[in-house]
Amino acid sequence: MKKKEKKRSKWLVNTVLGIISIIWLIPTLGLFISSFRPATDILQTGWWTIFPHRAWETTVELELSKDVDLRQPIEIDGTSYTDEELRKGIKINDQRLIWENRRARIVNVQDKVWNMNTDFTLENYMSVLTGKEYSIMQPDGSVRVEKGSDLSQAFWNTVAVSIPGTIIPILIASFAAYAFAWMNFPGRRVMFVIIIALLVVPLQVALIPVLKDYTALGLNGSLLGIWLAHTAFGLPLITYFMYNYISQLPRDIFESAYIDGASNFSIFSRLVLPLSVPALASISIFQFLWVWNDYLVALVFIGSQPDVQVLSMKIADLVGSRGSDWHLLTSAAFISMLMPLTVFFLLQKYFVKGLLGGSIKG
Amino acid sequence: MKNLLRINSTPMLIFLSILIPTGNFYIHWRIFLFFRDTELNSLLLAVLAVLWGVVGVYTIYLSFNWVVEKYSDRLKKGILPFVFIGPAVILLGWLLVLPTVRTIYLSFLDAQSVHFVGLANYVAVFTDRLLVSTLRNNLLWVAFGATLSVAFGLLIAILADRSSYERIAKSIIFMPMAISLVAAGVIWKFIYYFQPGDQQVGLLNAIMLAFGGEPQAWTSMLQPWNNLFLIVILIWMQTGFAMVIFSASIKGVPDQMLEAARVDGANEVRIFFSIIIPYISSTILAVTTTIVVFTLKIFDIVMVMTGGQYDTEVVATQFYRQFFMYRNFGYGSTLAIVLLIAVIPVIIFNLRQFRK
Repeated sequence: MKKKEKKRSKWLVNTVLGIISIIWLIPTLGLFISSFRPATDILQTGWWTIFPHRAWETTVELELSKDVDLRQPIEIDGTSYTDEELRKGIKINDQRLIWENRRARIVNVQDKVWNMNTDFTLENYMSVLTGKEYSIMQPDGSVRVEKGSDLSQAFWNTVAVSIPGTIIPILIASFAAYAFAWMNFPGRRVMFVIIIALLVVPLQVALIPVLKDYTALGLNGSLLGIWLAHTAFGLPLITYFMYNYISQLPRDIFESAYIDGASNFSIFSRLVLPLSVPALASISIFQFLWVWNDYLVALVFIGSQPDVQVLSMKIADLVGSRGSDWHLLTSAAFISMLMPLTVFFLLQKYFVKGLLGGSIKG
Repeated sequence: MKNLLRINSTPMLIFLSILIPTGNFYIHWRIFLFFRDTELNSLLLAVLAVLWGVVGVYTIYLSFNWVVEKYSDRLKKGILPFVFIGPAVILLGWLLVLPTVRTIYLSFLDAQSVHFVGLANYVAVFTDRLLVSTLRNNLLWVAFGATLSVAFGLLIAILADRSSYERIAKSIIFMPMAISLVAAGVIWKFIYYFQPGDQQVGLLNAIMLAFGGEPQAWTSMLQPWNNLFLIVILIWMQTGFAMVIFSASIKGVPDQMLEAARVDGANEVRIFFSIIIPYISSTILAVTTTIVVFTLKIFDIVMVMTGGQYDTEVVATQFYRQFFMYRNFGYGSTLAIVLLIAVIPVIIFNLRQFRK
């Protein structure tokens, strides 16, 4: 009896969790599928129509005489329908009647059949990556030619921002964490408390004055400027995180190295850094994702200079300027997600560790 | 003369102590100019930039350390710690501490930062209709976004702990954390997409149609409910964060405690509320504060989804608008300080934790 109940509750748990997981997955899945669909399909049918479904398909086109009055009941095959009904589509038995073209007085007779939209293309990715030209058939039949946005430069810009934007703060923070943990100097405690307090200062507070300084120094829109900004905004958390780890390394190894005549610098680079690899790995994933995904800092300090813009800005621009060009948006968004998702799935273990280290001690 | 050129002599040390900082500064300034003016291909530039950034920082430490190592032992002991923490302290001071003080000062000045206006900006922030609705929206974000993220995170952590496919479910729910808020904005814009007629390509409207409802323009027309549709995106992204941390701390609840409760006849719901929740309460507090701070600063989602139109403005986007579009430095700074004031309780909480 008890066992049966347990089995049932396990089944319930699995089902509920399964449903939640599917709900969580659907948004990303939809984007992923859409990014491979032709531009015209994205605008006409939902991405879920790539799965087998029942849909109306035209079997016969009926041409009515040109002088049918749309305000009067319209007679087709001996039955009369109103214009309103034909616009929405009216069901008779298993068939549906709907206007194909009201002005030309053409009515579609449709059957419900099993259907799958399996048109896939790499065109969207091509046009987003290389700025290729492509043409779109408009609803009114005309063809519009458009130039795709070129994301490759933005991609490399993002790399140039993200990798140093990850390594610089981690190096600086590790040096500081080592000093806080294993060196004696006046003001050590006060400075450390200030760094902890800075953990939660919203970076918006810093933007206006820093931007003024940057403008005065000519650092605006430069790589150095944005590295320094990401470094400063990331430092409190990374220092705190690295301090927790470095301060817990066993004291003996430092003492024996010191007795052997090693300097602090060589202890740090030959002992502490190699020993801290797990912590360094987790915090660098965290910082990397943060910098890669950042939008606000880039928006403020890179601004409008197109040759240094990063992916997030390009995509936000696409949303603004081509809000309904879904074939571009979906593929561009997916390109920007490629790197973080790869990092995430390959290094998930470290990523989780990084999160845990940041919020619960130990 | 020979003595003077010896590397450990005092004049030589003084010379080196000046040469190293100026030399470092000069070299990096030249490299900076090179990068600013170059027309190189973007891939090559990225590689060079990465090299510069990474090697550059290390060599700065290396060269400074090299000089300090030459000092007498007493001097070395006093100076070396400051070489180690120096860059961190300088950067934090310049880019975070000083700006905070300057922003507080700016918030008492007028739009052009010329005249002192006292508390006028603060009065405006709390009375101006537009700005007040900004504050209301931020409250909505915290009240719904943060609370539901924590609640869902806890629920899913418990479910995952008892299910047979814990790892894959956790990966799926955690995955949105890795995506940028901008990309998430695109994903959800597509879900909320609205076009007139009965041909809907947005998932939510297609569902509405399938159940016989009317398609809606979710993020624009339904004020103030459209805010909630934006908040859903935050919940989708932050639940994974809460879940991972709860999951780790739930695993820390001792098995004997759970067994004892079960032997005493407590059901699972009772166990959840009377044992698990109290046991992980400090984690819940920590996760909640982290998410609240994150939510207070929310910017990207609103910017991408609505641009702050349709009454969805939050403090961070309004701050951006005041500063970059209206050039009203007074309002801009004041909004930033309001954010800061909102997180002060969290700072205090953090410091208390640290004292422990």
